[in-house]
Amino acid sequence: MISLMFNSVATPFWEWQRCVEYNLWTPNHPLSYLTISAVARKKMARVLVGVKRVIDYAVKVRVKPEKNGVVTQGVKHSMNPFDEIAVEEAVKMKEKKLASEVIAVSVGPTQSQEVIRTALAMGADRGVHVEVPAAEYDLLQPIHVSKILAKLALDEKADLVILGKQAIDDDANQTAQMTAAVLDWPQGTFCNKVEKTDAGLTIAREIDGGLETIKTKLPAVLSADLRLNTPRYATLPNIMKAKKKPLKKVTPKDLGVDTTPRIEIISVEDPPVRQAGAVVADVDALVAKLKAGGHI
Amino acid sequence: MRRYATAVTLRQFAHTHTQAQARTHARKGTEATVVRTLASSASPLPELTQISDNVQRGNYAQLNDKDVAHFEQLLGKNHVLTEDLEGYNICFLKRIRGNSKLVLKPGNTQEVAAILRYCNERRLAVVPQGGNTGLVGGSVPICDEIVLSMQRMNKVLSVDEVTGIAIVEAGCILENFDQRARDVGLTVPLDLGAKASCHIGGNVSTNAGGVRVVRYGNLHGSVLGVEAVLANGQVLDLMSNFKKDNTGYHMKHLFIGSEGTLGVVTKLAMLCPHVSKAVNVAFIGLNSFDDVLKTFVSAKRNLGEILSSCELIDELALNTALQQFKFLNSPISGYPFYMLIETSGSNGDHDEEKINQFITQGMERGEILDGTVSGEPGKVQEIWKIREMVPLGLIEKSFCFKYDISLPLRDFYSIVDVMRERCGPLATVVCGYGHLGDSNLHLNVNCEQFNDEIYKRVEPFVYEYTSQLKGSISAEHGIGFLKKDYLHYSKNPVAIEWMRDMKKMFDPNGILNPYKMLN
Repeated sequence: MISLMFNSVATPFWEWQRCVEYNLWTPNHPLSYLTISAVARKKMARVLVGVKRVIDYAVKVRVKPEKNGVVTQGVKHSMNPFDEIAVEEAVKMKEKKLASEVIAVSVGPTQSQEVIRTALAMGADRGVHVEVPAAEYDLLQPIHVSKILAKLALDEKADLVILGKQAIDDDANQTAQMTAAVLDWPQGTFCNKVEKTDAGLTIAREIDGGLETIKTKLPAVLSADLRLNTPRYATLPNIMKAKKKPLKKVTPKDLGVDTTPRIEIISVEDPPVRQAGAVVADVDALVAKLKAGGHI
Repeated sequence: MRRYATAVTLRQFAHTHTQAQARTHARKGTEATVVRTLASSASPLPELTQISDNVQRGNYAQLNDKDVAHFEQLLGKNHVLTEDLEGYNICFLKRIRGNSKLVLKPGNTQEVAAILRYCNERRLAVVPQGGNTGLVGGSVPICDEIVLSMQRMNKVLSVDEVTGIAIVEAGCILENFDQRARDVGLTVPLDLGAKASCHIGGNVSTNAGGVRVVRYGNLHGSVLGVEAVLANGQVLDLMSNFKKDNTGYHMKHLFIGSEGTLGVVTKLAMLCPHVSKAVNVAFIGLNSFDDVLKTFVSAKRNLGEILSSCELIDELALNTALQQFKFLNSPISGYPFYMLIETSGSNGDHDEEKINQFITQGMERGEILDGTVSGEPGKVQEIWKIREMVPLGLIEKSFCFKYDISLPLRDFYSIVDVMRERCGPLATVVCGYGHLGDSNLHLNVNCEQFNDEIYKRVEPFVYEYTSQLKGSISAEHGIGFLKKDYLHYSKNPVAIEWMRDMKKMFDPNGILNPYKMLN
C-alpha cells in the first residue's frame, strides 16, 4: 500500500507524475491541506515494538519424544533476533529525537517478561506484558497476536509499530502484515533502511530484485529485516536501570481479543536425515550413476 | 638465526580464520578428510627453512623408491602421498617450510608401529603431524623428514556417560571429539581457537592450554591413559580407565608435552567433565591493570567454583581485531583493558545471581566501568568470537612477533609497557592479551615489515625479561623449531642435559621429530 504525502513544500516533478498516475490530490490543491495528517508536521513518534521470546538461535532444537512439539523445558530462550533489530531501530529513533517513547510488548507466558526486560535494557522506556498461559500459547497464531498488537497500538496511541519480520521458531512472517491490516495502516515490510521525513517515512525494502524504496505516511507498521541495523548489547548500567522501568501486565481479554485456538497440532517431526553423498572417480562414472538412479 | 627472514615475503598474505580454511576433500576413494589449504593462492611460499635457517641435515638415510614401495605395500597406495604435499610441509603461520617428499597416513596403531620399525632400521627421519596448527613449527618437516599424518585415525572409540571417560584415537579433531562428548552430556576439558582443525593427539603431545585451564587444569590431569608407539616400533600401552593408578612410574606424562620427540601418541583415555547447564559470559571494561587484578581476585572469591575462564584483552588488541573484522560487534569500546569472564555451573538462576552480584560490587567499587553480561548461547558465542579473533586480527595485515609467556601475575602486563617504550616508533602496535586466569600473556609486537632493527630490540630482551622474573618463555605453545635457542632461559643446564639423555634412551637413532625442542 503506497500513499503519498503532500506538504506545503514545493513538490519535485516526479512526484507530480506519481500524483497523476495514482489519480491523487495534486499538491497545492487547496483541499490537500485538509488531508495532511497531524504527524506530517514535525512531531516525535511514539513507537510500539513487539518482542517475542524464542529458543535461542545457537541452541540445537530437539523434537519431543511424543512428537507433539519441541523441547522447551530447560532450554535457553532469548529475544527473537529480528525483534532485537526492531528494538534497536526504535531506540535509535529515540536517540535521534525522532521518537518520544519506546514501548516494548510481548505476548506469552510469565517468562516473556525476560525479553521485555532485555528490550528495556536496550533502551525501551516501558514494557507491556500480555499474559497468555503456556498451554494456550502453544497454539497462539499471528492472527491473534496481530489483533492484540493492533488494540495496544490504538490504546497506547502509537504512531509507529515496529516488529521483527519473522520469528525464528515459526518463520511465519505474518504478524506485521496482519497488524497493519487490522489497523488499516500502511506497512513497510523487510525494512533495510528507514528515514523519517517531514512527510512521513521513506523506507528501503529488501525484495528479491534488490531494494525497493517506498514512502508512507504515519502511523504505519514496519517489519525489520536483517540488514536494518546491528543491535546493541544491553550494557551494565542499562541492565540495572531496566529493573526499575515500568512493566504493565494485561490479558487478551482486557484487550477484547479472543485467543481461542484456530489450529490443532497433529504432529511435529524431525526433517529427514540427510543422506551421505558418494564420490565418483570421473565424469563417466557420474553419468552412469545418474542413469542407474533414474535421474537422467 | 634469521628465522623471521622467511616471513618478509609473507607480509601481504590474507588470513582467514581456521574454520574457513579447512576444506573437505575426498581422496581417491578414502573417507573424507579435512585438509588445510593455503590461505590464498596469491600468497607467496616461504623459503625452504633448511636453506633460510642454514640447518645441517642430520645423519639420516635418503628416501628411495624401495622405501616408497614398502610403505605402499604396508598401507595401500591410497594412503601414501608423494605429490601435492605443500599443506603438510608448511606450518600454520607460514614461517617454516619443509621439503618432505612423502606423507604416510596410517589407519591404526599396528601400521604406525610397522612404519616406525622400518624407519628406525633404515634410519629415516619422521615427523608426526596432527592438525598442523602449532605456532612454533613443531609439526612440519625441516628437511626431508617423512610426514606421519594421523588424519585417518580420527575415531572416538567410546564415551562413557557415567564415568566420563572417553577413549579416542590421536587423530580425532578436537571439535568432533567435543561434539561426540556433548551428545552424552560431557565435554572435552580443553578448548582453544584452533578446535576445528587441531587433533587431540597433537593437543596432548604439546600439552595444549587454551581458555579453560583455570577451570579444568591442564592435560596432565585430564589424560588418564596414553598409547604411544616408540621410535623402534614398540607399542607402549599405558592406557587406563581409572583416575587412580599408582603402579610404577607414571610414564604417560612423558608423552604429554614432549611434542612427538619421545614417541607417537596413537590413543588416549581422557576424563571428560559434564557439560554445564548454565554458561554466562561477562565482557567488561576497566581503567587500569590494578583494577584488572582486583577484579580477578574478586572473581575467584565470588565466582570461585563456577569460574571457567578469565581472559584479558587490552585496548590495542581489541581495536585491531575490530578494525580487521567488520563482522565483530563489541559491546563496549574505549577502555584500556577488557576482561572476558565466563562461568559454568549447574543452576542458571544461582549462577546469574552470583555473576550479577560480582558485577554490581565491581561497579560500586569503581573497578568495572561498563560491559555486558549474558547467559544466552547466541550472545555467549558472539562475545567469545571477539576473543577468538583477537590473535588473528594481529597477524592479518602486518608482520607480528608473537610471544607466549608466563609471568608472575603482578608483573603480567608490565612487559607490554616496557616493550612499547623500547620499540618506540619502530613498532606499529604493541599489545597483550591472554589467559589472565593462568598468568599466561600473549605479547604481540607488530611492525610493517620484518626488519633487523626491531628484531634486535625485541629479542632476546623478551626472553631475558621473562627469565629474570623466573617466568616461562613458552607457556603453552611449546618449543618446536622456533624456540629451541631459548629453552635455556627457562630451564637450567642440568635439566636440559637430562632431557637429552632421555631423548637418547627413547630414540637412539634420533628419528622422531628431529631438529625440534633440543639443540
